[in-house]
Amino acid sequence: MIYADNAATTKMSRRALETLISFNEKFWGNPSSLYTHGQNAKEALEQARRDIASLINAQPGEIYFTSGGSESDNQAILSAAETGKKTGKKHIVSTAFEHHAVLHTLENLKKEGFEITLLDVHSNGIVKAEDVDEAIRDDTCLVSVMYANNEIGTIQPIKEIGSICKKRGVPFHTDAVQAVGHIPIDVTGDNIDMLSASAHKFHGPKGVGFLYVKKGIRLSSLIEGGAQERGKRAGTENVPAIAAMAEALKESIGKIAEKTETLVIMRNRLIKGISEIPHSSLNGDPEKRLPGNVSFCFEGIEGEALLLLLDDRGICASSGSACTSGSLDPSHVLLAIGRVHDVAHGSLRLSIDDTVTDDDVDYIVASVKEVVEYLRGFSPIWRDLVSGKKEFIL
Amino acid sequence: MALYSEKVMDHFRNPRNVGILEDANGVGEVGNAKCGDIMKMYLKIEDGVVKDVKFETFGCGSAIASSSMATELIKGKPVSEVKQLTNKAVADALDGLPAYKMHCSVLAEEAIQSALEDYQKRTGNKI
Ligand SMILES: Cc1ncc(COP(=O)(O)O)c(C=O)c1O
Repeated sequence: MIYADNAATTKMSRRALETLISFNEKFWGNPSSLYTHGQNAKEALEQARRDIASLINAQPGEIYFTSGGSESDNQAILSAAETGKKTGKKHIVSTAFEHHAVLHTLENLKKEGFEITLLDVHSNGIVKAEDVDEAIRDDTCLVSVMYANNEIGTIQPIKEIGSICKKRGVPFHTDAVQAVGHIPIDVTGDNIDMLSASAHKFHGPKGVGFLYVKKGIRLSSLIEGGAQERGKRAGTENVPAIAAMAEALKESIGKIAEKTETLVIMRNRLIKGISEIPHSSLNGDPEKRLPGNVSFCFEGIEGEALLLLLDDRGICASSGSACTSGSLDPSHVLLAIGRVHDVAHGSLRLSIDDTVTDDDVDYIVASVKEVVEYLRGFSPIWRDLVSGKKEFIL
Repeated sequence: MALYSEKVMDHFRNPRNVGILEDANGVGEVGNAKCGDIMKMYLKIEDGVVKDVKFETFGCGSAIASSSMATELIKGKPVSEVKQLTNKAVADALDGLPAYKMHCSVLAEEAIQSALEDYQKRTGNKI
């Protein structure tokens, strides 16, 4: 099997898995208990907090453990909205291609009278920092722009947006679920006020993540109960999973330089090979993208059929076609970069990690070529395009 | 648990009657690219019987399997019988489809009905 869907989830690293197991054996006490066994678990928890904080240039007191990216996004946005409501600021700036954890939360806020400005992400999948500046109003209580897009991998000008938000005095949240562990992150240098991360995207366990909240930014809790996480997130902490997350992050960030070099070479070879397919097009900027992300649209075919046939060839990939999401519309990300429905249905996302080999790349390229050609062979749209009855879009 | 039944995967991987019929006398096309599904059915009807049938489909696995199964169900059958083909018969023959994929079997039914109408229009033969 060639696993090329690391943007969906990653395999736990050996070290993370060993940490998960050994901490379940050694530190299974409740960190809120006062006896030594509990306090040992508490110390493991705080060590993980210190480790994670230092890896993104934050302070330990600025890290809150959550159940993952979705919860972190919800909490960040709802906290800013609550503060906004109290101060009469009910406008939020975000982008059209955020993850649904952000978009659906914003959608709900609309019902509470919030005004949401979703910025254009242009055909290259990158928001313009000056558009953020222009969109900020006196009543803006939050800017939320993802660090890197989960589908097309494009990296946003986070540092510029951070400095604009700082200058304008507006809190800045970034959904960095796809970026953390894959590209260097410096929350202080980038003027980020809140940042969402999820362990299973960087070879840690599923169901655990964190929210960085800069000191001085008000955070409200989504889950009420005990006083865990300084009263901001009730529930007995999953210490072994949190420790495994810290271990995974240390490992991922530790080898960023080395793995980026390999991944960029492999990614660019994939892009070059797949680009040879006629009437195909890379989604998103060719350079300003995650080292492991490849995303294409192919004219005349549908993505789910493509995925099933790749699966038959042992390749795990993903698509933004409607059929893979169970809805009628293809991915909002592809529509946001201006892909029309017809071609957005024929999309493919490959997200590789550093275990990928040259042979894997060759095999993926050959398989994609073969499957696209096969499916086009009995596609009525393709026939219309080739015969000139319809015009090619790509 | 796989997404689809073995039958669906079989028809998806090895679609029957795929391609075009140059001498078709009834052609129907339904669906649209915007929704991600288009099915085109080519019928060759002689003496009130579907002598040959071929299809082309742009769509997901279950759309391709539904078209393939539908062609098998009608090949060699009298038009009077073909007219009665329902989407349910197609889905049942595939050992079922996931609920959100039932529209694929509906498209197969509609493509065949549309091809029959085209045949009627072209030939003036009542069906
Ligand atoms: C950009 C982005 N945000 C949020 C999430 C949600 O993360 P989780 O699965 O940890 O809730 C994901 C994962 O799919 C993501 O890619």
